[in-house]
Amino acid sequence: MGDVLKDTIANRGEIALRVIRTCKELGIKSVAVYSEADATSLHLKLADEKACIGPPISAKSYLNILSIIEAAKETGAEAIHPGYGYLAESEEFAKVCEDQGFVFIGPTPQNLGLAGDKITAKKIIKDAGVPVIPSSRGGVSTVEEAIEACNEIGYPVMIKASGGGGGRGIRVCKDEEILLEEFSVAKVEARAAFGNDEVYIEKYIAEPRHIEFQVLADILGTVVHLGERECTIQRRYQKLIEESPSPRLTPELREMMADAAITAARAANYFNAGTVEFLVDKDDNFYFIEINARIQVEHPVTELTTGMDLVKEQIRLSSGERLTYSFEDLKKRGWAIECRINAEDPDRNFLPSPGVIEEYHPPGGFGVRLDTHLYQGYELPIFYDSLIAKLISHDITREGAILIMKRALEEFKISPLKTTIPLYLKVMDDPFFREGDFNTDFIKKFLPEEDEDE
Amino acid sequence: MGEAVEQAKRIEVRAPMSGVFYRKPAPDQPPYVQVGDLVVKKQVLALLETMKVFQKVKSPVNGKILEITAENETPLKDDDLMFVIEAG
Repeated sequence: MGDVLKDTIANRGEIALRVIRTCKELGIKSVAVYSEADATSLHLKLADEKACIGPPISAKSYLNILSIIEAAKETGAEAIHPGYGYLAESEEFAKVCEDQGFVFIGPTPQNLGLAGDKITAKKIIKDAGVPVIPSSRGGVSTVEEAIEACNEIGYPVMIKASGGGGGRGIRVCKDEEILLEEFSVAKVEARAAFGNDEVYIEKYIAEPRHIEFQVLADILGTVVHLGERECTIQRRYQKLIEESPSPRLTPELREMMADAAITAARAANYFNAGTVEFLVDKDDNFYFIEINARIQVEHPVTELTTGMDLVKEQIRLSSGERLTYSFEDLKKRGWAIECRINAEDPDRNFLPSPGVIEEYHPPGGFGVRLDTHLYQGYELPIFYDSLIAKLISHDITREGAILIMKRALEEFKISPLKTTIPLYLKVMDDPFFREGDFNTDFIKKFLPEEDEDE
Repeated sequence: MGEAVEQAKRIEVRAPMSGVFYRKPAPDQPPYVQVGDLVVKKQVLALLETMKVFQKVKSPVNGKILEITAENETPLKDDDLMFVIEAG
């Protein structure tokens, strides 16, 4: 570890810009890497240097460890920031960076290995005294085993495919009769969808809230939290709107969950920035889900309410510096809301909407932050994520932040693409949203019936 | 028999939007279909990936694959030809 003078950003889009901006403020030279499809991307214009790392398909460029390492070597960078997505949580990538003498700005390879192994992570966190969602010990292969596991856990339960992810391959059973019906179907489905018919049982939490805590940890094991983020408004397990603080938490529950988040990070021997995710049920029970070992998309709501630049903290921590403040020192104040603006058509099952941006008018004014890689005339490549902008509002109160968000969404013009802006405008006007009264199914009422098969 | 051939119709399957064309469910798995395969209506022929969203390309008819004009793992534009099927 030592001073970072030049940083390679192994990512694209808004998060590459985000990291480059902080590097500039710290006097660190930045190297943008890019695929052949990104030659006109904004991150190349802001960076000090650039290096092409391969063809458009991510597997051959942004996921290509060798080309990224090569680019970092050729430009003489000491550090590599992975952003989020792509290689950010690759244990192998972090290990290669380390072995090749680069500072990986993020958690340790061991942290990434554990975060990726959800069963082991849950066990370690549970042993540390943090509640986890009750589940079967590993896979269940026969219906008898399933019944036994369900009796232990208590109904309702979910049958989940061991090889599944992203919310696919889940069946909810409210009693044993339904379990008997669904068990064999779930196995057949798991095999068809994931090539592996192993399933496991997990307690079903009805109408949960998804609330996560930002943590930071230094090299000597000091852990602080920076408060929570409410991420309940999702579609198919993809977050759409996040805010901080959460309108759901009482001060007592917040304190208990913050303590649990710090305990979880300590138990995982965590380093650098990370997020501890929880589900909260209607009776104020909370359950650990996982540790996200990266800077997250929704990190700006924490930045605006704590005044801390999380990327700066990541770089500082990776340079071996210490954490010398507590959550209380930060005097978290105000309310921040983020809308993830995607190039998708909410009226047509969120079908992606690529193309050239002919008209572009970004919002501005009091309480508005916009993290985006868009500009007028930019052609959105078909190869990458549909996230085109993160619009964040900030005010003293939640009500104020909602009014600023609504005004900013109305100002924001991006055409002819379809975006999720019209959907968010409806949400900002929704009386339940305004009351902070929602669960993970909230967004469904704004959408036409979906064909799950498509 | 002759009548059946005369009834056969060439059906074109075109890309519903721009995206990357995949003939296989995963790189280490066999293609969904080959030229000469008999397919049924709604059978998956390929995947089209646009901005990380995968759409299944399904056969509009029962029939036989005559041509596969799109190449695996290459980008297609909206309305590019992917398959020609002989409906039967």
